[in-house]
Parts: sequence; C-alpha cells; structure tokens
Amino acid sequence: MSGSSQSGAAEASVPTGSVCMDADDITRAITRIAHQILESNKGATGLALVGILTRGDYLAKMLHDKIEEIEGVDLPIGALDISFYRDDYLEHFSPEVLSTDIRFDINGKTIILIDDVLYTGRTIRAALDALMDIGRPRAVQLAVLVDRGHRELPIRADYVGKNVPSASEQAVRLFLEEVDGVPSAVEIISTDDGSHIGSAPLPRIKGE
Amino acid sequence: MALMLKGARLIDPQVGLDEVADILIRDGVIVEIGHDLEMPKGVERDLSGKIITPGLVDIHVHFRDPGFEEKEDIISGSRAAAHGGFTAVCPMPNTKPVIDNAVGVEYVKSRAKDAKCRIILCGACTKDLAGQVLSDMGDMHASGVKAFSDDGRGIQDAGMMRRVMEYASQFDAPIMLHCQDDSLVGDGQVNEGAASTRLGMIGWPAVGEEAEIERDILLCRLTGAPIHIQHITTARGLDMVRAAKAEGLPVTCEVTPHHLFLTEDDITDQYQTSLKVNPPLRTADDAVALVEGVVDGTIDAIVTDHAPHTDWEKDRPFEQAPFGMVGLETSVGLVLTKLVDTGIIDYARMIELMAVAPREILGLEPVKLEAGSVADLTVIDPDVSWTVSRDDFYSKSGNSGFLGWSLKGRASDVYVGGYSTMEEGVVVD
Amino acid sequence: MAFNHKNLIDIREYSSDDIMLILETAARFKEVNERRIKQVPTLKGTTIVNMFNEPSTRTRSSFEIAEKRLSANSLNFGGSSTSTVKGESLTDTVKTLCAYKIDLIVVRDKHAGVPRKIADTSGVGVIDAGDGRHQHPTQALLDLYSIWEAGRDFNGLNVGIVGDIANSRVCGSLVPALKTLGANVCLIAPPTLLPARPDVLGADEVSANLDATLPELDVVYMLRIQRERMEGAPYPSLREYNRLFGLTRDREHLMRDDALICHPGPINRGVELDSFMADHPKRSLILDQVYAGILVRMAAMYLLLGGSHDGVDA
Repeated sequence: MSGSSQSGAAEASVPTGSVCMDADDITRAITRIAHQILESNKGATGLALVGILTRGDYLAKMLHDKIEEIEGVDLPIGALDISFYRDDYLEHFSPEVLSTDIRFDINGKTIILIDDVLYTGRTIRAALDALMDIGRPRAVQLAVLVDRGHRELPIRADYVGKNVPSASEQAVRLFLEEVDGVPSAVEIISTDDGSHIGSAPLPRIKGE
Repeated sequence: MALMLKGARLIDPQVGLDEVADILIRDGVIVEIGHDLEMPKGVERDLSGKIITPGLVDIHVHFRDPGFEEKEDIISGSRAAAHGGFTAVCPMPNTKPVIDNAVGVEYVKSRAKDAKCRIILCGACTKDLAGQVLSDMGDMHASGVKAFSDDGRGIQDAGMMRRVMEYASQFDAPIMLHCQDDSLVGDGQVNEGAASTRLGMIGWPAVGEEAEIERDILLCRLTGAPIHIQHITTARGLDMVRAAKAEGLPVTCEVTPHHLFLTEDDITDQYQTSLKVNPPLRTADDAVALVEGVVDGTIDAIVTDHAPHTDWEKDRPFEQAPFGMVGLETSVGLVLTKLVDTGIIDYARMIELMAVAPREILGLEPVKLEAGSVADLTVIDPDVSWTVSRDDFYSKSGNSGFLGWSLKGRASDVYVGGYSTMEEGVVVD
Repeated sequence: MAFNHKNLIDIREYSSDDIMLILETAARFKEVNERRIKQVPTLKGTTIVNMFNEPSTRTRSSFEIAEKRLSANSLNFGGSSTSTVKGESLTDTVKTLCAYKIDLIVVRDKHAGVPRKIADTSGVGVIDAGDGRHQHPTQALLDLYSIWEAGRDFNGLNVGIVGDIANSRVCGSLVPALKTLGANVCLIAPPTLLPARPDVLGADEVSANLDATLPELDVVYMLRIQRERMEGAPYPSLREYNRLFGLTRDREHLMRDDALICHPGPINRGVELDSFMADHPKRSLILDQVYAGILVRMAAMYLLLGGSHDGVDA
C-alpha cells in the first residue's frame, strides 16, 4: 500500500490557485496505481472497478483501460452514486441525483473503489454502505487520485496518486478534459463560505 | 332629562337636511333642531366634525338566541350592533328552537329589554323552517312580529310558498326571502364556476338563487303579498328585481357588504372559512352589478347578515365549516370607505339604504332629523382611520372576512330613544 | 439546480423544471427498487406521519413502501380510530402530531384544502395524498412519470382524460401539470360529469364524443367511474356509460398505433375499461403507474426533506 493518508495534513498547505497535477501527472499516477493494483492483488483475477460519481467513474475508466493495456484483461466496471447514503443530506442538499450503474454481480469480487479526492472520508463511508447494499464483495480496496488529508473518519486509501497538503478552506478539484472541456488537472481553489466541498459539479447533460 | 348635541353636520334626505346644526332632545324625542340652541340644564355634547344621521337599522342579523348562545346572544349581538352604529336590528328566527310561535317571540322580547339597541321581531314563515306547515303567523303578529322569514333556507315547494304569501298578506308584514333552490344548490360550497373548479369543491350555482327569486316574483304578482329578497348576490337576480319594481310589484331587496366588496376570487388556496357565506361570494362582475344596484335604487337596503360562529367551528376544513360571517361592526366603515369616500354614493343615499328604507320595508315608524321624531341617532366620525381587528369586536364571534382591512370612518356615538348606547366608540354599559 | 419546495400540495406551484427534476430523481430510484436490498438510509431518523382521514389502501401502501425504502420511520394515523371521529378538531390533532416532533405529514382527506391547512398549522412539510375533489399531486406525478418513461415527450403530447372529471382530484393535479409541461389536454365526458369551468382547470378542449376524439390522442387516460345509486345519477346506467365512454376492444381501431392507456386504479372492468384494453401488453401503462407511484413518492420525499428549507417555500 503506497502513501500514508494521514501525512498530508501535517505538511504546509500548497497555495490557492495552483495546479498540483497536470494531465501528464494524472496519466502517470493512473499508470502507477494500475501497476500497484495488479501487483498487490497478484494479477487481475476477481477484480472489479467501481468509480464514485462524479469524476471517480472517469478515473475508473482510465484505470480500466490501463489495466487492459498492461494485463490484457477487460475488468468489470461500474459507477456508484452515493446521494442516498450521504450523512449530510438533511443539512446540505444538492437535488441532482445520478444513477448507480453496476451491471455485474459484486458478490465475491475484490472491488477497487475509485474516487478523485480523498478528504474527510465521509464519501467513502457512504460509498461502502452503498456497495454493501448491492452485494457482498470479497474485499474492497480504495484508490484515489489525490489525498488531501483532514480525515474525519478512520478511512485510508490503498492507492494514492498524490498527497496534496491543503487547508480546509481550500478545495481540491479534479478537472477532466472529456467532462469539463478544459485540460485535465488537479487544482487548488478557494471555497466560498458555505459552499459544498466536494467534486466539481458536472455540466448538466439534458436527458440524463 | 335634556340632551344637546352640538356642532355636528346633520344629514337626513327625508327632510332635505344637510347642514351643521344643533339637536335638542328631551324625553327621548327630538324637540328642536337649529343653530346656537341653548338649554337651561342637561347634558351637552360637542360633536363638531361628526355627522349625525337618523339611527341606522340592520334588518338582517343572527343573534343565535335561543340555542346557540356560544356564538352570540341577544345582549352581545345588540352590543355589537351599538358598536357598529345601529339603533335597531332584526334578528332572524332560525334559532333553536325556531321562533315560529308566540312563545318564542315573547322570549325574544323579554331578552330584548336589556339589549343595547331596538330588537325588531321576526317570525318564521313555516314551522321549524321545514317549509311544510305554516307557522303561527297570527299569534306572532299579535306579539309584535314585523316580518316573516325562513332565512337560512329557501321554501322549496312553490305551492307552500304561495300559501305563505297569501296567508301572511293579511298581517301587513313583509315576507323576507332567502332564495335557494336546494335541488340546484345541494352541497354547494362556493360559487359554481371558476371558484368551484379552482378549489375543487361543489359549486353553489347562481341559478340556484335566481330560480327562486324569479319564482317568488311570479308568486308575488299572483298574491300581491309584499316580498323582500334577502342578500341578493347576482347581476341576473338583480335584473329580475329591477323588472319587478318597474312593473310596480311590491318587491324590495337587500345586499350585504361582503357581497359588495368581496368576490369568489378572494377565496385563495388558504380556503379561508371566514369567506364561506350563504349565498356564496360571487364573481367580480356580480359585485360590480350589485354596486350599480345600490346606486340606481334597485337595491333598497344594505344589511349585514351578521352570522356569528365560534372560532372552533370556523377552524374546520372549509367544507365542514358553517356558512356566514359577522358584519355589524364593519358595515358602516365599509360603506363609508368603499362607497361614500369614493364618491359612488353620497351620505343621503347611504342613509336611505341603512336607515330609511329598512324601516319602510318593515313598516316601522320613520325616524327623522326633525322635531317630534324619536331620538334614535347615529353619530359618524367620517375621518377616523382604523383597522378591522378581532380585538375591537363586541360580538362574541370574530368570523369576519374583513379582518386586517384599513377603513376610514365609523360610528362614534349612538343614541336610542335619547339614551346613549355608545359614546366615543365605547358601548355604554 | 435548486428545489425550493417544502410542500407538495398544489402542483400549480411547481414549474416544469421542478416536475422534471422529480421525474428524473424518480428514475434514479429504480436502481434501488430493483436490487435485493430495496432500501437506502437516506431518511434515517426522520419521522413521517401518514394521516389518512379517509380510507385508501393503495395510496397509503405506496407511500408506506416509499417511506420504508428511504428508511424513514413512518406512523400510520387515521381510519376509524382517527381522533377527528372522536370529535377532536383537525387543528388539535395536527398540533398533537407536531408535539411528537415529526418531519413530514402525508395527508389524505375527503375535504379540499385540508393539506394546506395542516401545513399552515404544523409548520412541517406536507404532501397532499388527495384532498376531496381538489388535487392529488403524487398521482399526477406518477402518471407523468409513466408517460415519460414510455418515451413520450410532453411538448405537444395529446392527452385525453375520460370520465368523471367533475369529481376528480386526479384531474385537479394532472391537467395543470400536463399544461405546465406543454401537453394538450382534452376532457372527454358526458356534460353532467364536467366541472363548471374546464378552462380554469386548464383544459384545451372538451368533448362528449369519445369516438371522434380517440384518433387524435397519444395518451388515453381513463378515470374510475363511481358506482353510485342511480337516483339523480349523472348517467342513466353503467351499461350506457360503457357504450358511450368505455374504452373497449372495439374502439381500439380508432386509436393511434402508439397510443397509450392510463388509469389511476382501481379499475371497474367492464365500465370504463374492458379487460382487453386494461391488460393490453403494448398500450396499457396501468401497472407501470403503480410502480411509478413508489418511485415518484420516494423522489418527492427525497427532494422535499433534503437540505434545509428554512424560510423557503413556494
């Protein structure tokens, strides 16, 4: 397991407005994580990828393609929406709900859960609950592109693209070319008071 | 005991009076009207800036006594009447028991002795308002009844209605008619049309009222009995009365402030039960026609149909709440604000509608601002601005559809037979 | 996107975006309803009262299932044990319920306007599960969902509603909602079963001729006919009603090839619908509507209770 999830918070924060990963960094991180997954699971047998909406599903697709490239295996892949499992539903509420789309049987599989940014750990807590309601995987491992520290729950990632020390008033956002139409990058931005800290909102697709 | 009312503007179209002058009252009777009057001893009141009219009369109220004294009783109702500026009212006989015999009339008379206004007696047309058996009209007339009414219900059977008219015609007392054809109205809650559709409730169609108005005018032509159409609400109904009057039939009619100044559109998705009245609030066009009727004389009188109900009864869902709203304490303010202050009618016409015609319809002795007339007087403060509030009511009930309205002008003092029943807005105990 | 409603009482307060958000959210709940564990923890710890002051097995069951699948604590309140039967006023009943510290009231009442009154009295969110002849917004939403899920675009959609329009709370919500979404609505009924002002309801057209109208319709929405006593009834017999206004097999040739059939249930087979049409594999959405009821009710509760709606209400 690479990267200690707790290390980031202790370090000095990176300045707001900076790009902490560019498109090449992201590709390299995905490649490294793909290798680490295959290494620690001794191949691809019994693995399946589940990306957390929104953004994690795109990273899952990138990981899927990379693993296929390395190992020649087409792993099952799915998307997980955690709206119904959030613990802040009664306080902060974004009405937009996306659909969980997992078309394979997760029972007995080793699920690689993928998200863009690991922060408080609450999203992962919700995702684990959501996953358990769908079935009973053999194991769940967590892969994130960025670990920015500030954990509020005893959760850590098994695979980390990069540790990014950040202040809690900052937001760490992943932008993806195929979603946002801007060059892929992980950026540190400031959050307005009270705004929800999480994934960047998806551009709305009509008929979605 | 002498009383001098000084400096008010006196208005009485009956005697062609509209000037600032003094009134001298002795033993309950106006003894002199003139300028700079003096009296050796007695009470003198300066009423400069006020208006004095012949005492206002409301010939359509419900005092719920006997039977429903939790809503109102003759005393509390009469205090509300005094507070509203009225010197006399005519409570309807739809009490429990119904006032359909002399015993009931005598009960009302005995209670009326302590009332703060004159109580004009009215008896039912049919026993228990059932529309089937004539009430003891002769007995009641002997006990002093001035009119007959089954108000609250229409007499459904045309033959029975004819019988009522024919029998009553011997007593020289008009029949006051609540026109409602039950077969058309059924469980109607609000005006049939936009309101019933929008609110999803059974409609109370205009024709349910108009059909009986037309029928009763035909029967009036047949029997010659004077009839008075109560709380008229529709333009077409008004046209029927207009035509009957043109023909010379003894037909009169009345309208309430709520049908003049509120419409079905005022009932919003809040389902205000205070706006649940019978007949229902009609369309804006109807309200315009009613105001025209007030102006052109087709409508003879403005009455309140003061219909008190307890808070808990009106707190029910609209369809379960009883019909009716209180009106005695808002009527003068509404008429002044909406009709007089706006120039639609003048004071003289207001006095005809609220003092002269009501007495004429019931065959009562006229009250005039002239020497020799009984001193039933209403003093109006035309300039006071006030807000309709439950706390301001003397009535036991507060089911007004006008709560919160800002009005200009109201009665400040009332004299009945020379005695004050209200002074400076406070009912005299 | 914002959703600023605290109550679902009057569908006329909902914009086209609001309605579509509910339908889209309902679609998301399909995944939950199709897996083995048909429950999500979303409403854990919230208390919802189902206040059914008139009997309704179907609507109440649908709400109950929706609540349970969202992990809400639900309390069924009503029936013959209702305190209003014992003479307690509605206001007192609602205040009592509020003292239990509840979060949402789902109300069915035979009197129009009661849900609004409860909302005003209680201060908690209210879903109208049918009030008198007035409205039944979740029924309208499930109807819309079923039509939408069947792939129809509301804009320009020709919907005919057939039957007892005058006494239908379903129409009270469905007609305005269809109009909000741009559909054309034709009311088809004997004149004795029409409301006084169909235009106020929002109808574009009124007809007493089912045969003449059928060829125009994309959706034929059949209403339930009350089997009432015939004295003063608005039609002479169920047989004649069926002959003039029943959607029967021998009328199918008048329908468009892709025309759909809806019915709010329960069906009077042989009166407004015959079995061939009710069970029509290609046209009938009737069972889809029942399923849609769960989905839209979950969606409505999810959207109404989510986040903080303090001071925000339509």
